[in-house]
Amino acid sequence: MTKRVLLVEDSQTMRGLIVSTLEQLDGIEVMEAPSGFFALKVLPREKFDLILTDINMPDINGLELVNFVKRTPQYKDTPIFIISTEGSERDRDKGMQLGANEYLVKPFDPEKLLVLVKKYLAV
Amino acid sequence: MSESETPKALREFLAEAQEIVEQLGRDLGRLDEQIKRGKQDPGLVNVIFRGAHSLKGISGMFGVQQMASLAHTVENLLDGLRLGKVPQTREVLDVLFESVEVFSLIISDTSKGEQTAGTRVEEAVRHIDRLMMQKPGGKEASPLDALDIDPQVLSVLTEYEEYRLSENVKSGAGLYRVRAVFDLSDFDKGLAELQAKLKGLGEVISILPSSEGNVEAGIAFDILIGCEKSLADVTAEVVDAAKNNISVKAIGKKTDKAAASEPKKPESMMLDDGEAPGDESSLRSVAQTVRVDIKKLDNLMNLVAELLLTQNAILSISEELKREKGFRGTAIKLYKEARHFERRLDELQQGIMEVRMVPLGQVFDKLSRVVRKISREENKEIDFISSGEDTELDKLIIEDLSDPLMHLVRNCIDHGVEPPEERARLGKSIRGIIRMNAFQQGNHVTIEVEDDGRGMDPIRLIETAKKKGLIDQARGEEMSQKEALGLIFLPGFSTKEQVSDLSGRGVGMDVVKTNIANLSGMIDLHSEVGLGSRFTITLPITLAIIQALIVKVERETFAIPLNSVTETLVLRHDQVRTIERREVIELRGATLPLLRLSEAFALPPADAVPLRQFCVIAEIAQHRICLVVDEMFGQQDIVIKPLGKLLGTVEGVAGATDLGAGKTVLVVDVGALVSEAVSGDPTMVHSA
Repeated sequence: MTKRVLLVEDSQTMRGLIVSTLEQLDGIEVMEAPSGFFALKVLPREKFDLILTDINMPDINGLELVNFVKRTPQYKDTPIFIISTEGSERDRDKGMQLGANEYLVKPFDPEKLLVLVKKYLAV
Repeated sequence: MSESETPKALREFLAEAQEIVEQLGRDLGRLDEQIKRGKQDPGLVNVIFRGAHSLKGISGMFGVQQMASLAHTVENLLDGLRLGKVPQTREVLDVLFESVEVFSLIISDTSKGEQTAGTRVEEAVRHIDRLMMQKPGGKEASPLDALDIDPQVLSVLTEYEEYRLSENVKSGAGLYRVRAVFDLSDFDKGLAELQAKLKGLGEVISILPSSEGNVEAGIAFDILIGCEKSLADVTAEVVDAAKNNISVKAIGKKTDKAAASEPKKPESMMLDDGEAPGDESSLRSVAQTVRVDIKKLDNLMNLVAELLLTQNAILSISEELKREKGFRGTAIKLYKEARHFERRLDELQQGIMEVRMVPLGQVFDKLSRVVRKISREENKEIDFISSGEDTELDKLIIEDLSDPLMHLVRNCIDHGVEPPEERARLGKSIRGIIRMNAFQQGNHVTIEVEDDGRGMDPIRLIETAKKKGLIDQARGEEMSQKEALGLIFLPGFSTKEQVSDLSGRGVGMDVVKTNIANLSGMIDLHSEVGLGSRFTITLPITLAIIQALIVKVERETFAIPLNSVTETLVLRHDQVRTIERREVIELRGATLPLLRLSEAFALPPADAVPLRQFCVIAEIAQHRICLVVDEMFGQQDIVIKPLGKLLGTVEGVAGATDLGAGKTVLVVDVGALVSEAVSGDPTMVHSA
């Protein structure tokens, strides 16, 4: 069965890179969300097996998204990875405390991302 | 990542990078504008930060190392800026603007498969690192600790949002939580409308999608805002009674729960109801400095100068009055008041002078960029070492100084420092050194430009000068080493038709000398073959008002700037000797060249031979000379004005000054006289 991934990232180029990395795996479909708002809109409508999010985004930040996902009964079991530039150690700690499952630092190692995605999605 | 780096992906990357960089440039321009107008939107720095952040992310993924490293550094700087850890200064903005240019260069390089931005990236990174070192230390206790705020809310705030929150608390703004529930289908529209309203009230700190409530029916947001309005006002502004989807709650202090839940009075959070909008606290630190057009300071300076003239007039009136019968008491009172007035004027003048002073550091920075640029062009490896960056000079002097300094530095790189292979052969370190040093000595500032290159050979300089017809055989033979070095400052000496893209076209060392002389300074050269050369520039710290010694020579009155006068004494004829056809004077064991101003300016003799004459010992850059004058009238503050166009530049004359009562006298250019006396040209009068 095809697994669905929601990718929340405001940089188009970065989305392109992540998508092309994920496409190396079979049985994965990626939905791209260019903003946190967009993610909030699609979450109730569609079911996702994994969420990947950036932290620094213009409207709602990635931490807020993680908090929302992990505290909303319908989504709380969906694994969520933060993919962010190493910027702040503090933000990373916060992300993990809020319940993010993994934290990848940009520029991320595509192999590592693939290993983690495989682990959580069993593809 | 190589697989995904198809040309198409690269094109996409470049397009996005270009977009971000252009936006960065525009946003920086807006920030600059806002700072100038003194009204700043705290969110703008965050927007700029995010731009740099995105740039870093994508360039890192694409392995564009130069961009990634600069973006990383810029991001750090902006992070410090938005968190209030780095003060927002002109320099910070400058380096950000420079970074934007470098980003553009890297983008254009990358699209062409070139790499030319290396040094500029390095410089920008170094510059920013230096700025980051200056960040104010010490972290105060977070004002958030005292807030009665849901820990869950705090836990999702990024560091920046937390900082904005505490800034609002510190400024005494009211904090409110606006809870809004929207339909899932169009929450973004409703939210955008609400956000626009809230922005008009104050600052939107964070928008948190709430996990409470039924997500199928709609979605709730908790919006944290800081503003000066009362709870009632905020409520009235945003709550739509008909829809009933928005509620507002004040966030109070922990100790003050009652007040916080009390709907109308969030006063515990409000310092006052009056002016001081939320943004002001972040502006206050910026407003510590004021940028002033130097012309305004010039006007003030001129006013002070005129007041000084009036002051001198009042003093001489009081002197006159003292001699009148019956007015002695009044004259003394007048004299005392005038003296008091004079002291205050001095302070005023000093104050204005200090405002005009700027550190040399900024010129050095520019020069270090020039050194890197040119040494790269000429394939030489050169380290730029500077010291004394804090040394201050009049802003106007600094402005006129950068061209001559650039030219000297260029000269050191072009003619001084050898190519790496040659240096290796000579057993020198492959990397050459250009050293700049500045220090203040009394009323003068000395700037040294030094290289460790091949030095100048006096014999070759003399040969060149002879070939160019600047000196004849006989003169060449009698020249001392020092005089030979002075040849490079002669018009027409510079051998190459240098076309410099830095400081004008085909500029020779003679122009450098003239420029320095126009600033009442002098330039000296010391050089040793094989070891290097050192240019030493000595300048007065200001050109505005100076103190002068008023003297009389034959029938003429002159003003000699006091900053170069070390002492005055009565001339004793038995101290004067003649060495190599030139007069010198013995002063406490030292031999000083003696220059009679009457001869230097070829003045017609007065009728009476003066009974005694005086020596004015002048010193500039370790050179001392004795100026012989006939009479001394004392000291006075003067403002040097340039001679009219008709007279142009006259050697040995720095300008003219008004001594009051309509008496205009010439101001002696001590620097020029010392230069001439030291280099040994006994006749001064060849007017230009």
